[in-house]
Amino acid sequence: MGGTHVDAVIIDRGNIIDVVKTPTDHTNLFGSIWETLNHLLKGKDISSISHINLSTTISTNAIVEGKTAPVGMIIESGPGVEPSFLACGSENIFITGYVDHRGREIKSFKPEEIQEAVSKFKEKNIKACAVVAKFSVRKPIHEIEICKLLEDKFSPVTMGHTLSGRLNFPRRVYTSYLNSAVYFVFKSFCESIKKAMKKENINVPVNVLKADGGTISLDAGQQYPVNTILSGPAASVMGALAFNPDEKDGVFLDIGGTTTDISFVADGVPLFEPFGIKIGNYNTLVRAIYSVSIGLGGDSAIHVENGEIKIGPHREGPPMAIGGLVPTPSDAMIVLGLLDFGNKERAISAMRDLGEKLQLDAKATAELIYEKMGDIIKQEVNNILEEINSRPVYTVKELLYGKKLKPKYISLIGGPAKALAPLLEREFNLPCYVPENYEVANAIGAALAKTTAEVTLLADTAEGKLSVPEMGIYEKIGKDFTIDKAEQRALELLRELASAIGTSDKEFEGEITEKSSFNMVRGFYTCGKNIRVRAQIKPGLLYKLN
Amino acid sequence: MLKAKNKLGLVFFPAFDWAISPTHPEREERLLYTQDQVFEEGIADIEGIKFYNPGIATEKDVERVHFCVPDVKTRVTQSHLISAGGAIKAAEAVMEKEVDKAFAIVRPPGHHAQRVVFGDRGFCIINIEAVMLENIRQRFGNKKVAIVDTDCHHGDGTQDIYWNDKDTLYISFHQDGRTLYPGTGFIDEFGGPSAIGYNINIPLPPETGEEGFLYVLDNLVMPILEEYKPDLIINSAGQDNHYTDPITNMKFTAYGYAELTQRLNPDIAVLEGGYSIEGALPYVNLGIILAMAGLDYSHVREPDYDPEKLKQSPEITEYIKKLCDKIYKRWLRREDIRRETIKNQQYILRHRSIYYDTDGIHETQIQRFKVCPNCSGVNTIQSRSDWGVEIFAISIPRDACKACIDEGYNLYNKIAEGKYYKVYLQDRVNDVFMSK
Repeated sequence: MGGTHVDAVIIDRGNIIDVVKTPTDHTNLFGSIWETLNHLLKGKDISSISHINLSTTISTNAIVEGKTAPVGMIIESGPGVEPSFLACGSENIFITGYVDHRGREIKSFKPEEIQEAVSKFKEKNIKACAVVAKFSVRKPIHEIEICKLLEDKFSPVTMGHTLSGRLNFPRRVYTSYLNSAVYFVFKSFCESIKKAMKKENINVPVNVLKADGGTISLDAGQQYPVNTILSGPAASVMGALAFNPDEKDGVFLDIGGTTTDISFVADGVPLFEPFGIKIGNYNTLVRAIYSVSIGLGGDSAIHVENGEIKIGPHREGPPMAIGGLVPTPSDAMIVLGLLDFGNKERAISAMRDLGEKLQLDAKATAELIYEKMGDIIKQEVNNILEEINSRPVYTVKELLYGKKLKPKYISLIGGPAKALAPLLEREFNLPCYVPENYEVANAIGAALAKTTAEVTLLADTAEGKLSVPEMGIYEKIGKDFTIDKAEQRALELLRELASAIGTSDKEFEGEITEKSSFNMVRGFYTCGKNIRVRAQIKPGLLYKLN
Repeated sequence: MLKAKNKLGLVFFPAFDWAISPTHPEREERLLYTQDQVFEEGIADIEGIKFYNPGIATEKDVERVHFCVPDVKTRVTQSHLISAGGAIKAAEAVMEKEVDKAFAIVRPPGHHAQRVVFGDRGFCIINIEAVMLENIRQRFGNKKVAIVDTDCHHGDGTQDIYWNDKDTLYISFHQDGRTLYPGTGFIDEFGGPSAIGYNINIPLPPETGEEGFLYVLDNLVMPILEEYKPDLIINSAGQDNHYTDPITNMKFTAYGYAELTQRLNPDIAVLEGGYSIEGALPYVNLGIILAMAGLDYSHVREPDYDPEKLKQSPEITEYIKKLCDKIYKRWLRREDIRRETIKNQQYILRHRSIYYDTDGIHETQIQRFKVCPNCSGVNTIQSRSDWGVEIFAISIPRDACKACIDEGYNLYNKIAEGKYYKVYLQDRVNDVFMSK
């Protein structure tokens, strides 16, 4: 589901059976999805459906349009950065307890602080809450205890440590806030889906797409709806990946009317945001496919400033060929015969008018614009690549021999994709592919997406503790716990989590993405090991397209 | 979202795969909890704070500062080159005006590494600040620089390297050398003949607390810096004055370090020592980052912070006042002291005995400085380690006059091969290094 269209596709293994595209009705997002699904399923054998994957903008829109529920925040910030900037809820209570970086409780919170929060939230008629503590992923005791005090009075109560095992307190605060803020709107969407399915007698698992290009079951997603934000670009990347399933580094460009979205694959796997995605002003811990949006598309406004062509970053209406008032790159490509729509005469006159300011004829102006578009894309991609390749590393080995992203191909989707492919091929000196059916790449990506999950395991043998915050697991371990055992345990737990959120055991394919083990020395003696392991379901697609 | 007042570059390189030995304080685990704290605080998301990977210093970078015996390759590991490269990266970001300030949180440290390097001393092999500074001077011109060393140990390496260079003012606060390694850093170590007064040691008594450190800064260091007017202030930001440090005896705090950093206002800070890896480093590093970025650090507190217990005694307060007074008076008299010291001597000798605690080597040196009216003067080091290796090193300083350059080359050419294990010539005017 996108801003303008809802796309739907039926896929049988690697074969596309049918495709439907309908306009999005912003006043009724559920209705738009359901109508599209009805179109798609008309005359099909419903009993042969194995599952339905949905990518929806429901949570994203609620956040972007500010149509979220008021949230009461309880924030335990401990010592460190001055915390007042974290006030993101309708009411924000900062409390005094704290846990340190090793997960030791240094100071407990005061019950009267929670009482105060309860009465303030009630005063404002707040129903949704979130409780977030610094280092809660190391020891969630305060979040859990406070949640217990709130549970019978408020719903939902999001606990920070359940959303991600990663360290980043401000992001944990914002992510928890957003999760509670979109909870009701997403829940009512899920209920509508379930009701409609029941009515149509469709009884198969429904999964929703997440920003990391994987899915989660509708039920599990309902608890953590924040993970469904910004799944649209992720769906497109997964779709484009379905057409280019080799294990090389590549650039994915989705060139739309207003913007171009830039993503990457490394050895055939989509590149993720280092911490999590940003939505509005909020940095989050939501795992997401890395995607940068630049203000350049087929409909970008073109002006001449100081004798130079300037394209974008804004759209000021449709191309002049279809009645717009400002010339656009699409007009230029129509003049060059690379695009074929609208009134070519009007496109030519648009180029002629621009050209007068540059002392060029219409064709030369169109060529200049076309070339400039290639230049801008190339420069942006190279800048982003440089940034990605200089992401911080923390070991001598990574610094000296770490992987550097070197794209071997470009995959291009979107309206002007075919028109721009030869230009970009030349600019980058790399093969450019424009997949067939790219109009529904997002739907294909969503349909072929696998369930994804990640677990963060920390084992501290000096303290005799093992934690996996995402699963609420805090267990005792012995002195003899090793990194091998930690990896094994992480994969076991990942399998457990995967089956709880929608993966069949057969499909499960886990991998360790990070591992380290530190000798902990106090005085002159080794007192234990600090072991850190991260495991994930290997990202990718259920099937390749034939 | 938070926004830094000062654009800050951070080179955070914990070298999680390198240690001197598995249980050595300088081991993989050292910056683990600092990383946890920096990540948890969301420092990377603060607008205006930018993280950089370290570069890798080159052999040439090292040779501008050190005489490694027998050579750089043998003495220096990749990890050391990366640590120095991290400092260079930080300074470069400042010099190229990408950021206003930069902090290199790198390891291993460097301030005990002297000009001659037979091995590791005080966990240091190359002096990362000096390698950084000479790289920067080579590329951006001969800046007038103050290095303020707030490590608890005397930075005897930095003192040795800039001993005779009055364009580099070295100020070290440290625990009194009578009570702590390396046992140097007394107030009469005041600089070589061309830079008398430009090496300032402030040996503080054990148990000095926030009050004492800030008193020294406000009443001694800042007035000297105001008179010296450096182009750049570098802070050797050792963190072992902290009250939880296992190998020192001071009472300084994370908040105190942040406050000191804010008042000192360095352009570049480089991590040096500090081995209270759980109780101090996460908080001190956070405090320094916030202070350099111009952000509020008033909430930075250790778990066991107790202002009453951390108060220094009135006797210490009194002692420090007198000490500062004495040092400041010496600073004002530096020209007189220079005249009294040099008299009519043309060469000044300095006999030294150096112990490499980490590697167990003992070195004896005779340094010989030419007193030249036109420049800092060519100087030499004749050095012998107790492993029976003897070397001779000639150094032509950055500001050397033609006569001193010629004298340096003549000396180098005159020494017969085989007389020493190695002979070195470091020509900083032409950025040339040779050995035979």
